[in-house]
Amino acid sequence: MRLCASKAVLAVLAFLVLLAPAGAPLAEPLRIESWRSDDRDIWSGVIIPAFNKRYPDIAVKFTPSPPREYDASLNARLAGGTAGDLITCRPFDASLKLFKAGHLVALDDLKGLARFRDVARAAWRTDDGKVTYCLPMASVIHGFIYNRRIFEELKLSVPKTVSEFFATLDKIKAQGRYTPLAMGTADQWEAATMGFQNIGPNYWKGEQGRRQLVSGDARLSDPPYVATLAQLARWRPYLGRGFTAQSYADSQTLFTLGRAAIYPAGSWEIANFRKLADFPFDAFPPPVPDGAQDCYISDHTDIGIGINAASTNRKQARVFLEWMTTKEFATLFANALPGFFPLSDHKLVLNDPLAQTFLNWRQMCKSTIRNSYQILSRGTPNLENEIWNVSAQVINGTLSPRAGAEKLQQGLAAWYPPHRR
Amino acid sequence: MSIALTGHAVERGREGPGRPPRRVLALFLLPAVAVYSVFSIYPLLATIALSTRKTNAAGLSEFAGLANFIRLFFDPNWSDAFWNALANNTLFFVIHMAVQNPIAIALAALLSLPGLRARAFYRTAIFLPATLSVVIVGFVWQLILSPLWGVSEGLMSAVGLGGWFAPWLGREGSALVVLSLMSVWQFVGIPMLLIHAALINIPDDLTDAALVDGAGHWRIFWTIKLPLVAPTIGLVSILTFVGNFNAFDLIYAVKGALAGPNFSTDILGTFFYRTFFGHQLQAGDPAMGAAVATVMFVIILAGVAVYLLAFQRRLKGSNP
Amino acid sequence: MRRAGGIAVHAALAGYCVLALAPIVLVILNSFKTRRGLFGDPLGLPDEQTFSIAGYLKVMQGSDMGLYFANSLIVTGVSLVAVALFGAMAAWALSAYRFRGRAALGLFLAIGIMVPIRLGTIAIVQMMAGLSLVNTLGALVLVYIAQALPLAIFILSEFIAQIPRDLPDAARCDGVGETRIFFAVILPLIRPALAIVAIFVMVPIWNDLWFPLILAPGEETRTLTLGVQQFIGQYVTDWSAVLAALTLAIVPVAALYLALSRQLVRGLTAGALK
Repeated sequence: MRLCASKAVLAVLAFLVLLAPAGAPLAEPLRIESWRSDDRDIWSGVIIPAFNKRYPDIAVKFTPSPPREYDASLNARLAGGTAGDLITCRPFDASLKLFKAGHLVALDDLKGLARFRDVARAAWRTDDGKVTYCLPMASVIHGFIYNRRIFEELKLSVPKTVSEFFATLDKIKAQGRYTPLAMGTADQWEAATMGFQNIGPNYWKGEQGRRQLVSGDARLSDPPYVATLAQLARWRPYLGRGFTAQSYADSQTLFTLGRAAIYPAGSWEIANFRKLADFPFDAFPPPVPDGAQDCYISDHTDIGIGINAASTNRKQARVFLEWMTTKEFATLFANALPGFFPLSDHKLVLNDPLAQTFLNWRQMCKSTIRNSYQILSRGTPNLENEIWNVSAQVINGTLSPRAGAEKLQQGLAAWYPPHRR
Repeated sequence: MSIALTGHAVERGREGPGRPPRRVLALFLLPAVAVYSVFSIYPLLATIALSTRKTNAAGLSEFAGLANFIRLFFDPNWSDAFWNALANNTLFFVIHMAVQNPIAIALAALLSLPGLRARAFYRTAIFLPATLSVVIVGFVWQLILSPLWGVSEGLMSAVGLGGWFAPWLGREGSALVVLSLMSVWQFVGIPMLLIHAALINIPDDLTDAALVDGAGHWRIFWTIKLPLVAPTIGLVSILTFVGNFNAFDLIYAVKGALAGPNFSTDILGTFFYRTFFGHQLQAGDPAMGAAVATVMFVIILAGVAVYLLAFQRRLKGSNP
Repeated sequence: MRRAGGIAVHAALAGYCVLALAPIVLVILNSFKTRRGLFGDPLGLPDEQTFSIAGYLKVMQGSDMGLYFANSLIVTGVSLVAVALFGAMAAWALSAYRFRGRAALGLFLAIGIMVPIRLGTIAIVQMMAGLSLVNTLGALVLVYIAQALPLAIFILSEFIAQIPRDLPDAARCDGVGETRIFFAVILPLIRPALAIVAIFVMVPIWNDLWFPLILAPGEETRTLTLGVQQFIGQYVTDWSAVLAALTLAIVPVAALYLALSRQLVRGLTAGALK
């Protein structure tokens, strides 16, 4: 009789054991870790089938995590030894940390790596430049997407300078039917990424300014940064009602429903907007400050891919990466995901005209990357977090552009030696 | 603690059965105590231990004493965020105490009125939000409060209050209050149910005499029933305290780990998450995260201790 | 006079019910509308122009909601059974027997009510990694059992304390073994309390976002709450799909609650948790 209790306990325990994974199947597919859950259909429907045409024996599975939770959950899985074979790499320090912790393998012997520009590789190699640990995949370009129907209706032309930009915004606002600029500050990163990093390179002269920040020869409190924030502050009257509570998704919806004229954008929006909007839209690069000769764009190296050091399929993973350096992959990827621009030197034809427009800016303007990504976000307080906070506050009007720039500089100087001199 | 439970001598209790065989005792206690110790107590102890360590220049973990706590309390890069989160968390708790519990008591009192019709319906409807996930709660209220889609503004205009509408979730001064109220909306059913149960368990003879004396329900509630359910209200308060000081989900779902605007909605749970797991380009710092967790642990224990002391003292006072 | 009071009471309660239910109704209502219908008039009923079930179709095709639902059901169900069984056994041992260290053990178990297990996440992740349980449902079940046991034991002890001593004693006189007494006499008696435990344990487990995110974020082990969160992240601008996913997430737990609520109130009013 006493047995019945032990039996019940045993039954529950047995059930728990059953929940543990069954033995590994014979041919484990390569698993790709990624935060691009939006792209799941494209990977499983287009890219992987194309790979399998060439390599039918290597099964591949794209297993993305939600973008916001990617880093935390990837780290947990790497620590637990259950992460996928291929790991999508954030640029710079996040991946450098993974490499230093021994989670990523060196890729310098990858033949196709030679086809990638130095700028692209810079995002995924050690500080001394000796080891590359992720294959560059794509960059994204910032600019402004606008509703062509509204522009035609209001007889607006595409603004080239900052004054023209604000004149255009004034006209839209005066007409009163449309929100001039579709952006909110609720999620903060819109203000930082689509605002600060979008228009800023024109003020700090792209790479030149970014390098000076890293070397300590320029300060975040210098005029270019104050001017960037000052322009953001001037956006305020043109944003939607209650923009402080407007989320990223709200902004996207506002624009794609045809209620807003201009959307401060990243090129990754193209595919989604094509699905959602029923009006023609186009894009212009960040307007240059009046009198400036050169234009600069944020052409940010955003996605790379590396091999999990703990993978039991490293050989096959290498085959996959080698394939990812080919023109075939670059063409597939760029056209399946318009707005993500491959970083190899293959000559590509893009089917999406708007994606081609963004890409053409590379010829017109000088490219740079977001200035908080390399080295400058290694300490506490974290510069990227600070830029989110300050950009949102400056737009909200709770911080003046000058005070915002001072706050950024103070935060950086608190820990970064070149700025402590 | 396994020593305690397999305890050699099983005393004979006053009303208990004869000595239960040790095997029986172990069989009954072991599964619960084992799972609980391994997956709850041990991790908590490990957190406390981790908070005294740091990663040195060579990337190795070494003992750091109280250095992490000193940084947390006195290095402005950490302490500003910490005190801000603590202050916000306190406000979060105060709003729950000031809004959730009175509403819960009021609803419970109404629900406990004798002869009330549709009681089951009301009870179920009011509790229903407590069964929803924060993903849903956050999403719905953002939609309702959004200035763009006009749900709440339209409703307010309909009753002539349109001019009072503001994007509350986006303002430093009001975002945390709104989030607290969203949380109150979701969880009010739990204290309501507990207090309701306590109220209907009050024996009728205690109130009958007062009824005969002509006292109304209102008076009976204040003078007889409310004092009787005070222990339940105390229990509800401490559960609220514990729940609020490790809250995380709702703020994270609505505002993200950076808890904007300008950290005005940052509470200890989001601060812990950001510190431990990192955020965007900010690398996670497990040891500092553990220090934050340990402080949360101490705050919660202190709150519970205060409650137990106050509660027991009062019990002693009322039942000498 | 009495009637007036009655009307006021019903007005207050009904008013609050509207506040409690309206947001839920809003979600369900708008899940049957097109995107334009939703944002054109969020409060309107779906009509010929705005009615659409495209959101539901998208959810069915675009995600493994069936799998997520099964995962949630398994995790919640197994945790619940284990918590109820282990909890009742421990509660019975703690209240029925006198043994040395009993009070200390009770206190030890009470810590878990006060301190959230989430604060131990770091060690839990490492331990699950060591046991190769990361990305398994088993990891979630173990954590949820540990998390829920203290409250379950607390509730059940209160309840067991009210069982008249004569019942088990009579059985003992008839020579019935201790384990049999528990399973045949005690367990059936505490059924209403188990309903309370079920509600209080089930809801947080079903809705938990933290541990699925940390311990089992994999495709195969995703729970419904995490799956919906992820789906929202993925189709953030596809509002009808998001609302359909939310509706599908509301329904099961609300149905379970409705099914248990009668037992729940019986349990509450029968004296547990005074």
